[in-house]
Amino acid sequence: MSAGHRHRLHRPGDTLVHRLPPQCKLAAVTAFALTVVATPREWFAAFGAYALLLAGVALAARIPPGFVLRRMAVEIPFVLFAVAIPFIGTGERVAVAGLWLSVPGLWAAWNILAKATLGVAASILLAATTEPRLMLLGAQRLRLPPLLVQIAMFMLRYLDVVAGEMRRMRVARESRGFAARDLRHLPVVARSAGALFIRSYERGERVHLAMLSRGYTGSMPVVVDLAASARQWLVAAMLPGAALVALLGNWGMA
Amino acid sequence: MTASRRPGDGAVASLEVSRLAYAYPDGTQALFGVDLRVERGERVALLGPNGAGKTTLVLHLNGILTAGHGTVAVAGLPVAKDSLLEIRRRVGLVFQDPDDQLFMPTVREDVAFGPANLGIRGEELQQRVEDALEQVGMLEAIDRPPHHLSFGQRRRVAVATVLAMEPEILVLDEPSSNLDPASRRELAEILRSLDVTVLMVTHDLPYALELCERSLILSGGVIAADGPTRELLADAELLAAHRLELPYGFTVA
Amino acid sequence: MHVPDGFFNVAVSVSAAAVAAAGVAVCLRGARRELDDRTAPMGGLVAAFVFAVQMLNFPVAAGTSGHLLGGALAAILVGPHTAVLCMAVVLLVQGFFFADGGLTALGVNVTLMGLVTVLAGWGVFRLITRSLNGRAAITAASFAAALVSVPASALAFTLLFWIGGTAPVEIGAVAAAMGGVHVLIGIGEGLITAVTVGTVLAVRPDLVYGARGLAAPLVLRGPGGESTVVPPAPAPAASPRPARPFLLAGVGVTLVLAGVVSFFASGDPDGLEKVAEDEGFLGRATDHPFASWLLGDYGDGGGVPVGVAGVVGVGITLLVAGAVAYAARRRGTGAPEPARETGGVAT
Repeated sequence: MSAGHRHRLHRPGDTLVHRLPPQCKLAAVTAFALTVVATPREWFAAFGAYALLLAGVALAARIPPGFVLRRMAVEIPFVLFAVAIPFIGTGERVAVAGLWLSVPGLWAAWNILAKATLGVAASILLAATTEPRLMLLGAQRLRLPPLLVQIAMFMLRYLDVVAGEMRRMRVARESRGFAARDLRHLPVVARSAGALFIRSYERGERVHLAMLSRGYTGSMPVVVDLAASARQWLVAAMLPGAALVALLGNWGMA
Repeated sequence: MTASRRPGDGAVASLEVSRLAYAYPDGTQALFGVDLRVERGERVALLGPNGAGKTTLVLHLNGILTAGHGTVAVAGLPVAKDSLLEIRRRVGLVFQDPDDQLFMPTVREDVAFGPANLGIRGEELQQRVEDALEQVGMLEAIDRPPHHLSFGQRRRVAVATVLAMEPEILVLDEPSSNLDPASRRELAEILRSLDVTVLMVTHDLPYALELCERSLILSGGVIAADGPTRELLADAELLAAHRLELPYGFTVA
Repeated sequence: MHVPDGFFNVAVSVSAAAVAAAGVAVCLRGARRELDDRTAPMGGLVAAFVFAVQMLNFPVAAGTSGHLLGGALAAILVGPHTAVLCMAVVLLVQGFFFADGGLTALGVNVTLMGLVTVLAGWGVFRLITRSLNGRAAITAASFAAALVSVPASALAFTLLFWIGGTAPVEIGAVAAAMGGVHVLIGIGEGLITAVTVGTVLAVRPDLVYGARGLAAPLVLRGPGGESTVVPPAPAPAASPRPARPFLLAGVGVTLVLAGVVSFFASGDPDGLEKVAEDEGFLGRATDHPFASWLLGDYGDGGGVPVGVAGVVGVGITLLVAGAVAYAARRRGTGAPEPARETGGVAT
């Protein structure tokens, strides 16, 4: 049932990166993102090194660049915002190709673009190499409170249910010639949302009842063994480790 | 009304329901005092039109809904908050839509879910999973994702998920719905081969006749009739009074 | 609305993460009271619903479109504590699985879209339903709650931006743009929330947390057709939980962290300013009252670079957040746990 999402997010494979226990990868990506964000924006060499590191991970996991690039689309709203900053920003202005742009604005735009892009790429690689369910089990091993893990488990389970209902309702709406164009159509969208909730709730409720009927008491029985060896932790630590080396190296040069 | 309650020979009934009443939180009352008793090893059909309260009754049998009034007991154990896990092991509920019942990524994990909740692990868990799938003839699908199976196969796996918990009584909600004739026959053969008490909720009268000697009619939130399936189905007046109909051309000799 | 990595400076990200962690820890304890064994499945369903509805873009005005935040809706459907957990899960999943919203901005996102929308929405909802009752009142209160929750979130965003945004944009312009657009989005959110709550209320009122306490007496039908009426068992009275512990915990942790982080960060040169000085094109950066507080300033002097201070600060946050979560978990399961690292965190 959850095939749709798994196919879109997760690229099954049997590489070193895929085989790493999820908790190691989660910790590594988070540490990497922290390092990236903490890097001063004018340390270009460090950002270059981070990009190369991610490319290396993608290569090791055999994730084609096209896959990562397509998924980068989530970033677009903030790219648009970042592009606007030099135009609306305050402070010193310089002429670039006939446009007067704010210098701090340009720096800010670069800062947001560079860091956000690296962060997004790292998350995409994580999601591509880790099955969603395992990612949650990994998060649980990293001491994310079990209640949150369970809510997330049910969320993933129900996401397909909700998405399926949503698709059926959109088909029904559009096959009767409806397309939302402006504010006047809002009530239609709103009523759809209400109906969507009830339809998905009732299906979700049946799934929950089926789980209760089979002795579910509030926690998923963990049948998979997720223990990570010291060597696996070491492998995972290579990404943030190398990033930190790049950061410190750049500091040495600065 | 045919009342033919057999004496239980002093043994504990698999299922005993008395004076059960229930209203949904929105105020709609679905059950108005249901009484029924199913002996160990019996196969009983619970017949009734849409909206008679069949599904509501079924959800009381394993304590998913809590009785507003009255009691339910499974093999002598009353359904109560502190006995829920044991009750749910004893009552194997197979839902109408197998897509509601199967929620794990593979058939193996799905069948293992119930026994794993009971604390069974390792070798014993594997054995239970394989035995249950063997009983429904789906062992070869053990590592496939449920959504890749046909509808009939999914329903058989759904039965296996419940059998793996070694229940006292198997409760099936509309087991024959949406099945093509071949799948329908296969499922009937499987159900007949199982050595377990069965309560089958359906409005598929020929299927009830084929599998169950005794039937109950639930109508208007109470048990309106109880007797041998053949006798009930031969009573055209009784069926008509409760919006039940035999398929065109089908007669009970 | 999902804030990416690098949008806010480290101090704001860190402080927001601390607030978010404290808020989630409080809600983990509160959620058990709201829904019992249905907490996780209902929460998961609402999270999935919020996630799906956030993808449902609706047109706002000339060319722009907005999407639902869902915080107020979740609070009304499952109660405020569970709602915060739902929003946190939605943002976690969006961040880790869909790369939507930066991992280091998770605290900011949870604070803005989880805590603020739920608190504002639920506050307004309670305020109205305390004096008015009935379906129409609940629906109207849902509209008002959602309408207020969105600009409230935008306002909080503006505040954070003022304290520690990395983009040099006039705060007035940000406030105007965010405020304007989000009042419009708020109307959309209000309508969708009101209609959703209204629809659910009409079909399954038992699913609306904000409308509990409707039960009719049961009727028993005897074999002879006679009827007897059984009065329903009294429903347990649910008292609304004050939001105070929530706020106190958040503020406390923020202050502690702000102190720690600014201690490490005081007198750091900001990268841009350093380069600007070297290049000789330094234009005076906009100064604001918080300039000397946290890392928002382009100060001067030597020492540790901001980045390193940031790493230290974030490390500390993770420790604190972990300790809070751990403490909450321990207390939730009732296992005895020797007190450690929980000082100053009022969960």
